[in-house]
Order: sequence, then structure tokens, then C-alpha cells
Amino acid sequence: MKLFKFNGGVKPETNKDASTALPIATLPLPGRLTVPLHQSIGGTPRPLVRTGQRVLKGERIGAADGNVSAAIHAPTSGTIVALEPAVMPHPSGLSALCAIIAPDGEDAWAPVNPVDVRALSGGELRDYLRDAGVVGMGGAVFPSHLKLNPGRQGKVQTLVINGAECEPYITCDDMLMRERPDSIVRGTMLMAQVLGAERILVGIEDNKPEAIAAMEAASRGTPIRVLAVPTRYPAGGAKQLIRVLTGIEVPHGKRSTDFGVQCFNVGTACAVHEALDFGRPLISRIVTVAGNVSTPRNFEVLFGTPMAEVVRTALPRPDTNRYVMGGPMMGFPMPAYGVPVVKATNCILVASDHLFPPPPPEMPCIRCGECAKACPADLAPFELYWFARAHNYGKAQEYHLFDCIECGCCAYVCPSHIPLVDYYRYAKSEIWARERDKDAADQARTRFEFRNERQDREKREKAEKLAAKAAETKAKLAEEATGAPPADGDDPKKALIAAALERARQQKAAVEPKNTDDLPAAIQAEIGEIDARRQAAMPAEPPA
Amino acid sequence: MFSSPFVRKPTSVQSVMLTVLLALLPGIAAYVWHFGAGILVQIFIATAAALATEWGFLRLRGKPTALYLSDLSAVVTAWLIALTFPPLVPWWLIALASILAVGVVKHLYGGLGQNPFNPAMAAYCLMIVSYPALMSQWPAAGHLDFATQWDLIAGGVRDLDAITGATPLDALRTALREAASPSSPNHALNASTLMDGPAFGLAGGQGWEWVALGYLAGGLFLMHRGVITWHIPCAFLGALAAISLLMWGLRPDHFASPLFHIASGGSLLGAFFILTDPVSGATTPRGKLFFAGGAALMTLMIRDFGAYPDGVAFATLIMNLCVPLIDMKTQPAVFGHKQD
Amino acid sequence: MLSALIVMAGIALVLGAVLGYASIHFRVEGDPLVEKIDAILPQTQCGQCGYPGCRPYADAISKGDADINQCPPGGEEGIRKLADLLGREVKPLNAENGVEKPRAVAFIDEQTCIGCTLCIQACPVDAIIGAAKQMHTVVSGLCTGCELCIAPCPVDCITMETIPETVETWKWRYPVFAIRQAA
Ligand code: SF4
Ligand code: SF4
Ligand code: SF4
Repeated sequence: MKLFKFNGGVKPETNKDASTALPIATLPLPGRLTVPLHQSIGGTPRPLVRTGQRVLKGERIGAADGNVSAAIHAPTSGTIVALEPAVMPHPSGLSALCAIIAPDGEDAWAPVNPVDVRALSGGELRDYLRDAGVVGMGGAVFPSHLKLNPGRQGKVQTLVINGAECEPYITCDDMLMRERPDSIVRGTMLMAQVLGAERILVGIEDNKPEAIAAMEAASRGTPIRVLAVPTRYPAGGAKQLIRVLTGIEVPHGKRSTDFGVQCFNVGTACAVHEALDFGRPLISRIVTVAGNVSTPRNFEVLFGTPMAEVVRTALPRPDTNRYVMGGPMMGFPMPAYGVPVVKATNCILVASDHLFPPPPPEMPCIRCGECAKACPADLAPFELYWFARAHNYGKAQEYHLFDCIECGCCAYVCPSHIPLVDYYRYAKSEIWARERDKDAADQARTRFEFRNERQDREKREKAEKLAAKAAETKAKLAEEATGAPPADGDDPKKALIAAALERARQQKAAVEPKNTDDLPAAIQAEIGEIDARRQAAMPAEPPA
Repeated sequence: MFSSPFVRKPTSVQSVMLTVLLALLPGIAAYVWHFGAGILVQIFIATAAALATEWGFLRLRGKPTALYLSDLSAVVTAWLIALTFPPLVPWWLIALASILAVGVVKHLYGGLGQNPFNPAMAAYCLMIVSYPALMSQWPAAGHLDFATQWDLIAGGVRDLDAITGATPLDALRTALREAASPSSPNHALNASTLMDGPAFGLAGGQGWEWVALGYLAGGLFLMHRGVITWHIPCAFLGALAAISLLMWGLRPDHFASPLFHIASGGSLLGAFFILTDPVSGATTPRGKLFFAGGAALMTLMIRDFGAYPDGVAFATLIMNLCVPLIDMKTQPAVFGHKQD
Repeated sequence: MLSALIVMAGIALVLGAVLGYASIHFRVEGDPLVEKIDAILPQTQCGQCGYPGCRPYADAISKGDADINQCPPGGEEGIRKLADLLGREVKPLNAENGVEKPRAVAFIDEQTCIGCTLCIQACPVDAIIGAAKQMHTVVSGLCTGCELCIAPCPVDCITMETIPETVETWKWRYPVFAIRQAA
């Protein structure tokens, strides 16, 4: 089959051999699990448990908040000792709500209910996967059920399974493919069935011959095609892999299903298989521990396990001074050793200044164009850098800042050692913050204007009612006064007004319960609308 | 705390500049072989002046001097100045040019990476405007010994006969102008007969074709090392050849052949070392083509119709001016946004 | 000389005609400047600028009645944007109007609240819900942090709480790496 090429890319040292020498190991149960509730893209799951409650392995402890979210489960049986914020495995070092579980050592499963895919509708199946907490295992943790949607066309022609794993040091997908190819193939076939895919392509970088062989053997007799793709970082980026295997380029902001192709990680295929065929939700994953350790290796780790506990098993060297979650190209430095392993943790890279020395001093950009040559998204990184540096976000977006996948190729090759990706991350988060502010300001403006309008309307209505009342009374008085000489002077008029005002006030007090203040915005808007319509209709009525 | 990527390619501004300097060596060797060792003295003077200026400005601007001095960018500028100037100009001219290039053209505009103009070429233009006579005294190949050269560089009395006084480009222009006037004894001569004369050597003037070959070798080395891309040299030389072929084809007695244009003057040095300066040149692939093509057109216009012997320097500056526009208009389509 | 004069005069005439035509046919209706200024203002509606809301302040700026440095919630960034838009000098925030504070939302201590509804009436964006003699509460997603509800409360049960940074709203810092003096 003809493979395509993406531009750019780099070839860093892969350093993968060390951690593939030993099979995947299982860790002993840790003393304490810190399970963050928010582990995927989208809404933070609502906690379903209380402190002190006993939970079973695989029991749902956080329910998906809306559709763009994925549930969270207890990785083992035990007691919820606390629901409190704990430091997240995130470069910010900030805390978020976590369920702290003290395992009871029994590791007792909650009842599982495997399902028959054929008996479920697409919607039911997606809900099932959402409640099983299945998310993308390549590191992006996008809820998988949202991607398993055949969309408007009713099917997705091509299913791409990503086993490329291009980041240096990381071997969790490699080991998964070597050791559990059947699970991956089974999961892939399930997903293909849901999507109606006819073409199923598994892309694996050609530096993993064992994985390719294992996957080929396991997929014999299925329509799955295993393809070796050239080893070049970032061939494992979803967009790059889709490009290499199908020639399709999915631009930023578009869904790949619109182009008839969908891409999943091999780990996700495995998770789908576990969830559907065995009813087991996602509670653990394969994690590579590599870098500054004596025995680099892959482990099957329960979510919530402190990273330090995993690393300890791999015997870190004494000069270790930090952990990185992910690989050396795109990984994030961790704020502490004790942060928990989460669904996004494909690798714990143990770092030291010796292994990853601090970058040499930053020099000015000489516009050498190396970064543009290396950029797999065909961007002009140095232009983005100039704009980001000058806080010129509009220009940066014009030069397609958001097409940047933060792969790090540009910073890797830059002879001036400029931390280019940091500038992009900075600019992106500033732009997001501005958009949030702008949305909030727009909302405030509408609500303020609406309130002003309402106050005006209330005032106007009051005035109108008063005027009507006054006119009525005047007419009545005039009637009574017929025959009698019209009184000259102001006094009777004043008395009239005072009387009318008094009555109006009383009436208003009686009418006042029309209190719309405490209704939600939507209903209030609706009432406003009705009021407006009523008012518009009023003049049409014959004056009584 | 720094963030990803944690690994980097072992590369630096210094290593890039060092490669450029290495690539200049074959050209310099040919220069020395044909025109004597005087050029080495000039290179030394230029380098010393450039580094001293760089140091001074770095101190004034409060920048780390060792870091920036060792990036070697000033040395590259200095070498280009020495190589593009007539080899026997007095030492102070070279020194002044280097000081202006580094001090004014580079540092006053913000230092490394910020200068809109190619420093060496800006200095060249300043000098040729200010000292036109000194800047057009070119020696013929190999008949001055080192002592005479040293004397001339040191500012000795300039015996104009010793310095034949014109580059092949210049000689051609003078001869053609002379031939064009009916009163001249050389009236019958035209460009093609002229160029058979001994002063013109094999292609671009005696000795110079070897220097040009040296630059070509260095340029290919740079391309091989990935320091420059094919775009600028190919577009420049291609456009130069195409346009001069057209003019030569129309009036062979008036205009020189493409081969002559490519091999003489600063064409090859310009194509591989001057126009490819990343700071002041275009950066997008398509932009590079426009940039170099425009420079070729400018060069030929100046050579054939202008008053100055060689047009590469002015052409470079003019095209430097157009770079922001060219870059803006030639941004390549990004991933997923291509119309195909 | 004469021909030069004629040419110049001709050019001037043509350009003048073009400009005149453009000013009639491409005139922008309405007053988009107010809209543009209003779009920059943070819409907190707090009145610290001395006007009853952001829109009136925008009006005043566009008429030249108010300076651009009177909006504390907009802060330095807002002033810079206004200066950019209007082609004026950036100046520091006028201290008489207040100081720039981190974003905050109002919080009603529900134990103390007596349900007087005064805060509801003060809130410019209807972010407080409650009824007479019932407990009130602030819908924090709607609150702009204008602090207008604090003063009317007879039992002082409203406090401002700074919005904490979360993992979702955390921003990458501007990369500053000091250039070390090499050797
Ligand atoms: S690689 Fe670095 S120095 Fe070269 S153009 Fe890109 S940012 Fe500038
Ligand atoms: S980090 Fe962004 S700009 Fe840099 S190479 Fe990757 S995609 Fe291109
Ligand atoms: S001070 Fe308050 S009311 Fe005035 S513009 Fe700023 S946010 Fe709006």
C-alpha cells in the first residue's frame, strides 16, 4: 500500500530498547490511591461517593458531567478516606478534587456487566463507554465515546489505529502490542463495527518489528491491515499518522470524521475491548518508567498510584531531581514526586540534570528557518515566536498558532536554543483566557442591558397605569360635575391626582407579587418576550 | 523550571557560523593562489576590527560579551567584507567598513538577528559611494609579490600601474563604452571578441574563475550540511543566466554571456554566502525564489546599465528592503489548509 | 515649470475628488467607536469609573468627556487597549477610581442573610437570586465582581472571594530565561 509523507519532523535518539527488555510488570497495591476526578478533556465528573464509604473495584465514583466527560471508577476495593483537593499531575502544580482511597487489600470487583455490542444502539453504546470512563490512551485523554460516532454520513470509512509511538523513551504501546495483540485486535474490530469502517489500518513505526509481527499474527483472518510507517518524530501524532496512512490532512478545528477517518490509540482499543467484552471500566494503564532509572520497564498501574511508588520499583538513580509525565519532546515536568498516575500518564520519565541538561543560553532568532523545515504542521515557528513574544496574539492566530501541535520539533532544532514551544503555550493560554473573559463580558453586557430594559419597562408600565387611572377618575369626576360650574383653581386637580396616586399605590402593592427576579435567565427572557408581545398587542385592543 | 522539549539537537549559532567560515576556505585558498597572500592580511584586519566593534557594542548594550562574541557572526561579516572588497585597499578602509558593518548596520538595529540589511553588503555600498576610486582598484592575477601587497595595504603610495585598475566586469564595460564611440580605435571590438582577450581568462576573468569555483564548492558544502537550502543559489544563478542569456541573445555585441556573468564579480559569493544570510533574507521557500530572482535582475541591471562595477551589493540591499513584504505574501499553506 | 504646476494641480484635483467621493460613499453609519470602546471595557458594570455602567463610560470616552484610565477592573491591559484604539498615550490607572484587583465574585453568607432583597436590586446583571424574607445566593458564574451589592446589605453578610486559579484556567507564564553570562 502506498504511504504518504508529512513534511518536517525530526529524528531524536529513540532510547526505547532499555524498557522493552522486561515484560510488563504489575505493581503491588499501593497504600493509598489518590484518584483525581478530572482525568479527561471536558467536564469534571460529579462525585458519587461520600467520605467513609466502602467502594468495590470498578465501582463508579464519579459520574460524567454532561456528554463531554468520562466517568471515574475506584481502581481497587477499599474505603474513601477523603474527598479533597490534591496536587495534580499538571505543570501548574495546582490542586483539584480527588477521591483518596485506602485499599482494603481484597481487590474485590464490583459486579461487572459485559454487553453485547450488537444488542445496543449507537447511543446506548456510547453512553456505556462514557460510563466506563474510556478515554484516548495516547495522552490526549479525549473521551472515546465522542469519537465513536459515525456522524452524519452514518459511517466512517477508515479506522486508523495508532501504534506508531514516536516519542523517545516511551514503549507502553509497543509492549501492549507485543503482549496483548489479541485484545487490541478485538477492540479494534468492535470500534470498526460501531463506526461502520471498511478500511482498518494499524500504523506502527518500523523500529518496532516485534510489535508489528505480533499484531500481524493476531490480525490474521481479519480485515485489519498492519502497516510499518517510517520512524520519524512525530509520526505518532494523530494528524500525522492519518496523513501518512491515508493522505488526508485534517486541519485544526475540523473533525476527522468529516473526512471519513477516525484514529484511536492501541491502548484505547484495548480499553474498549475490556469495557464491552468484560464490563471492566478503565481503572489502570500501562506506564513506561524510563530515563534515569536502573531498570527501565513498563508497569500496569492503577490510577491514583503515586508516581514515586511506581518509580521506586524501577530503582531511580540518586541524582534524580524531577519527573516528567510523557516523553522528552512533549512531556510536562511534574510539580511533585507524589502526584498520582492518571489516564494520561503514558510514561514517567525520570530526569536528572545529567540526562536532560538545562537548555544552553537563549540567543536571538537568526531566522535560519530550521524550525520551519522541522515543523510537521508546516508553520513558520519563528514568525509565531516573534508574535507571541510581542504579545501580538491576533497576528499569531493569523499565522495559525492553533495549528501548532506543540510537538517540540522546532525547539529541538533551533540553533539559538529558543524555548519556542513555551512561547506558543503561553500565547495559547493567554488567548484562551481572553476568550473566557470576553465571553464573560458579553454575557454581563447582555444581562445588564436586559436588566436596564426591564427596569425601564416596569417604570413605563407603572406610569402608563397611573396615567390611565388618572384619566378614568378625571372622567368620572367630570361626569359628576356636569351642570356644576367648572371649578377654577388648582386644588380640585391636585386632590384628583393625589387620590389617583394613592389608589395606584395600593393597587401596585397588590399586583407586586409579579416578581420575576428569582427566575433563571432563560425563563426570565421568556417572560420578557411574552411581556413584550403583550405590550405590542395592547394598542390593538379597543380602549375600554 | 524549564519545559519540553528536554532534548535538543546539538546545534548552535556558533556551529552554523563555523560551517559558513569553513565553506569559505576553498574560495580563499584559490584567492591566495592567484592573487597572493595579501587577502589574508585583509581578512585578519577585518576580523579584528569587527570583533573589537562587536565587543564594544555588546558592552555598551549590557549584553554578555563572551556568549555573543563566540557566536562568530561578526567573523562571518568580516570575512565577507574582506572577500568582496578589492584586495589591496588600504587597511583603514577595510577596518572602517567592518566597524560600520558591525556597529551601525548590525548593532544599531538591535544586534544579532535584528538587522534588516546584510551588514557586509551595506558596508560595501557605503564604501563604494564614499571612496569610489579606492574601491575600484583591482589587481590582475599574480604579479605582485607579498611585500608590495603589504606596502599597499599599509597605505603606501599607490602606483596605479601596479594595480591594473579594473575588474573584468569593469574592463568589459569600459571597453564596450569605448567601442561604442565611432572615434575610438577599438570601434570594431564587441563583447564577444573582447572576451577572447587574455585578461578574461577561461570564463570570468583571469584567476577569478578559480575563486568562483572555490565559492561554488563551499556553497555546495553548505547545502549538503543543510545550512542553506537550494532555493536562493539556484534562483539567483538561474535568473542571472536566463536574463543575461536573453540580453546576450538579443545583442551579443553589447552584453556579456551568461557564463561570464555567473563566473565573474560577486555572483557565486553572492549566491551562496551573501543572499543566503538568513537574518536579512527571505525565509519562506517561495519567498526565497522571489528574493533571489529579484536580486539577479537588479544585479544585471546595475552591471549592464549602472555606474558601478558590480551590482550584487546594491541588489542585495534593495531586495533586503523587500523581505518583509515577500515573506508576508509567500507564507506557505499550513497542514490541512492546502488547496489540493 | 508651468507643465509641472499643471500636473501637480491635476493630481491634487483627482485625489481630492477621490477622497470626497470616498467620504460620501463609504461613510460608516452610526457610531462604531462607542461599540469598539464598549467591547474593550470589562462589563463589570461597577460604576467605579464614575458612570452608571460601562456603556455610559464608553460614550463619555468617545465624546472626549472622560479619560481612558478610569476603569479599575479593566486595569492596565484595558488602558493599553483603549490607548491603542484611540491612538493615545498609555497612562497609569487613576487612583481616584480605585485599584486593580484580582477577579473576585460575591459570596452571601447564607446563615446571616435576612432576605431583604436589597442586594438583588443593586446587582447590575441579575446574578443574585432569592425572595423577600428568603435566603439569597449569588450565581457565581454570572457575578461580575462589581461589589455593588456589598454596601446595601444591612447585615454585612456579603464578601468578595477571589476566584482561585484552577488547572483549567491556569496560564503558561511568559518564558523568561535569563541569559547567563557564559564563562
Ligand atoms: S530555528 Fe530558531 S533561530 Fe532558526 S529561525 Fe527558527 S527560531 Fe529562529
Ligand atoms: S511545536 Fe508547533 S510550531 Fe513547533 S514544530 Fe511542532 S507544530 Fe510546528
Ligand atoms: S469602572 Fe466599572 S462600570 Fe466603569 S467601565 Fe470599568 S467595569 Fe465598567
